[in-house]
Amino acid sequence: MRDTVMESAQDCAAPILTARDLGFAASGQVLLQGVDLEIARGRRTLVMGANGAGKSLLLRLLHGLLPPSSGAVLWQGARPGRTAQAMVFQRPVMLRRSVLANLRFALRVQGLGWRARAARAQEALEMAHLTDKARQPARLLSGGEQQRLAVARALVCDPEILFLDEPTSSLDPASTQMIEDLVNAAHVRGVTVVMVTHDRGQARRMGDEVIFLHAGRVAETGPRDQVLDAPRSDAAKAWMAGRLYTRTDF
Amino acid sequence: MRRRHMLSLSLSLALGTALALGAGTAKAQEFILVQSTTSTQNSGLFDHILPLFQAETGIEVRVVAVGTGQAIKNAENGDGDVLFVHAKAAEEKFVAEGHGVSRADVMYNDFVIVGPANDPAGVAGMNDVTAALAKLAGAEAPFASRGDDSGTHKAELRLWKAAGIDVQAASGGWYRETGSGMGATLNTGTGMGAYILTDRATWIAFGNKGDYQIAVEGDERLFNQYGIILVNPERHPHVKAEAGQAFIDWVLSGDGQAAIAGYLVDGQQLFFPNAEG
Amino acid sequence: MFSFGDMMAEALGLILAWDRELSAIVVLSLRVTLSAVALACLIGLPLGALIGAFRFPGRGAASVALNALMGLPPVVVGLFVYLMLSASGPLGVLQLLYTPTAMIIAQTILVTPIIAALTKQVVEDLHGEYAEQFASFGVSARARVVALLWDARYSLLTVALAGFGRAVAEVGAVLIVGGNINHVTRVMTTTIALETSKGNLQLALALGVILLGLAVVVNAGVMALRASAVRAAYA
Repeated sequence: MRDTVMESAQDCAAPILTARDLGFAASGQVLLQGVDLEIARGRRTLVMGANGAGKSLLLRLLHGLLPPSSGAVLWQGARPGRTAQAMVFQRPVMLRRSVLANLRFALRVQGLGWRARAARAQEALEMAHLTDKARQPARLLSGGEQQRLAVARALVCDPEILFLDEPTSSLDPASTQMIEDLVNAAHVRGVTVVMVTHDRGQARRMGDEVIFLHAGRVAETGPRDQVLDAPRSDAAKAWMAGRLYTRTDF
Repeated sequence: MRRRHMLSLSLSLALGTALALGAGTAKAQEFILVQSTTSTQNSGLFDHILPLFQAETGIEVRVVAVGTGQAIKNAENGDGDVLFVHAKAAEEKFVAEGHGVSRADVMYNDFVIVGPANDPAGVAGMNDVTAALAKLAGAEAPFASRGDDSGTHKAELRLWKAAGIDVQAASGGWYRETGSGMGATLNTGTGMGAYILTDRATWIAFGNKGDYQIAVEGDERLFNQYGIILVNPERHPHVKAEAGQAFIDWVLSGDGQAAIAGYLVDGQQLFFPNAEG
Repeated sequence: MFSFGDMMAEALGLILAWDRELSAIVVLSLRVTLSAVALACLIGLPLGALIGAFRFPGRGAASVALNALMGLPPVVVGLFVYLMLSASGPLGVLQLLYTPTAMIIAQTILVTPIIAALTKQVVEDLHGEYAEQFASFGVSARARVVALLWDARYSLLTVALAGFGRAVAEVGAVLIVGGNINHVTRVMTTTIALETSKGNLQLALALGVILLGLAVVVNAGVMALRASAVRAAYA
């Protein structure tokens, strides 16, 4: 499914994930090309860019949901496979089960025993402030609660890297705050975070590194403050200034 | 909550499987399978005589009642121990081809032609069946035929032939083939005001007569002979020859013949035993 | 001539005069049909889920085949099973012809394509919603089928109900392979056919009313269960 290369290097400074010349095309249209980037271990990397720049697509390729048309995603030092990574989608997919059962399902997929599942699920419930809703049908939760559950469900299996695709784009400020707290807590525990966001405020609160995409290519990468305050690429400059930027021949 | 759903779901699944398994268990009691005709079944004759036989021998008789053509076909396939039908020529062919051991006369009843009370073709009271059929054809009065290759259907076709009428030419016109059993044909025929050739037994027992009456009866050519045959165990080894023969012997015995004669509907005898004593 | 009102009244009278014979017929009907539906679910649910949740070569052909088989005439199924189980047929040694088991087999064949085809539709829709999340979790193929069937369980109840409706009402198949033998393979529909042919329209009607009543009870039960599931957003 995903091109995975195990390398023996256990250097903490080494990137957890490297994309080499990553490209993706569907029905004759090139949607992403020539993407070379590194995701730093233990850091919070934000993927930004205009609508249609290929942010969600890049996330899916890195996560391995889609096979790349060209290039590869390389894991370095991390054990490959699902336990190492988890993803939160823009619109949470709730199983038609109770809140607790949603958490347990994720744990069962990882092959955890019944007792371990119960304990871990309980922890996750507390973390997401959903303990009193454990027995409720997940699909009857509010949008904010559903996304909290989705984050908790992604984190319950203790991934090394967490992908988030605009997790707060339809949430109110309080719910957004709770999601950010959950993600930051995970970051503090050492989880590498890769998140797509449109929100500059969120970028300032959550970002360590920024990857800026434009028209299926990486326009620029760098530390958050540099990309947000002193962008070098025209695409990023235009985006920060709120202008539409349509050139693709950069 | 979820556990309760799971419980109820698995319970119903288990129940279903148990039922499926349970369905396969046959009764321990010995039984034979008789391929017979709808006319005997629908008249209620079997309900009258079979309990008597079972009381005497302990053998249960299971009757599959279909048209004579299908009954013979099923018996040829070995799906039955005894064949009890009314189409003498076909029965003799069945035996000659080695499907059956031997054939014996059991009883007869007779056919009648029934029609609406107002008798549009004017055949009521006739007792020359071929003349009556010719008159029906001349008047192009609607006639409902079984059209299912049954004993009754075969008898009807013989009579048309004797009357010199080609009913195939009128098929779909006044001659209507229902392609179904006697009862269904009676239901259909009475519904469309057609004349119908039926065995008397089915007619007397039939519950949906409406204003219909017997129009033609009494001709010797309307007699309907029943025969009984043991399916050949040499060809079909699983045939329960002993029990099947016991049933045949009983039907042909004084007791069996008396039981047949004793079956009355509305005070009328339906079948007349005529086994060679 | 008859009046519909009189006939209906007589039919209801016959139902009220319920006897053991009638019970036996009703019980056998339910036994045969419920067994057939249970077996059809055992085969049809996983089959439909596989076709609904996975892409594989021949998938389109499989769906077309299932949809076509949904329209299988019961008489054809009956004939096929008869030819299989006949003493002269390949499975004749089993001696199953003219037994309730033969009827269950015929109805299972009749109902399985319905269950499978409708399950395929239900699972396909649900999978469209779950697919990306499942891929993200790394759910195995087997666990995926189980989870989809489980989460679609209330929709699948309706699917089973469709199968039940078809099986309990069909007469063509059970008549041929069961033989409508009194006290052995006589079920509601074959009795209705027989009594109609005997002109006992009141009795036939009475049985029809009972059949309808059973269908109403089963449907109402399942719908009530489903309604509670919908309220919990499980369906």
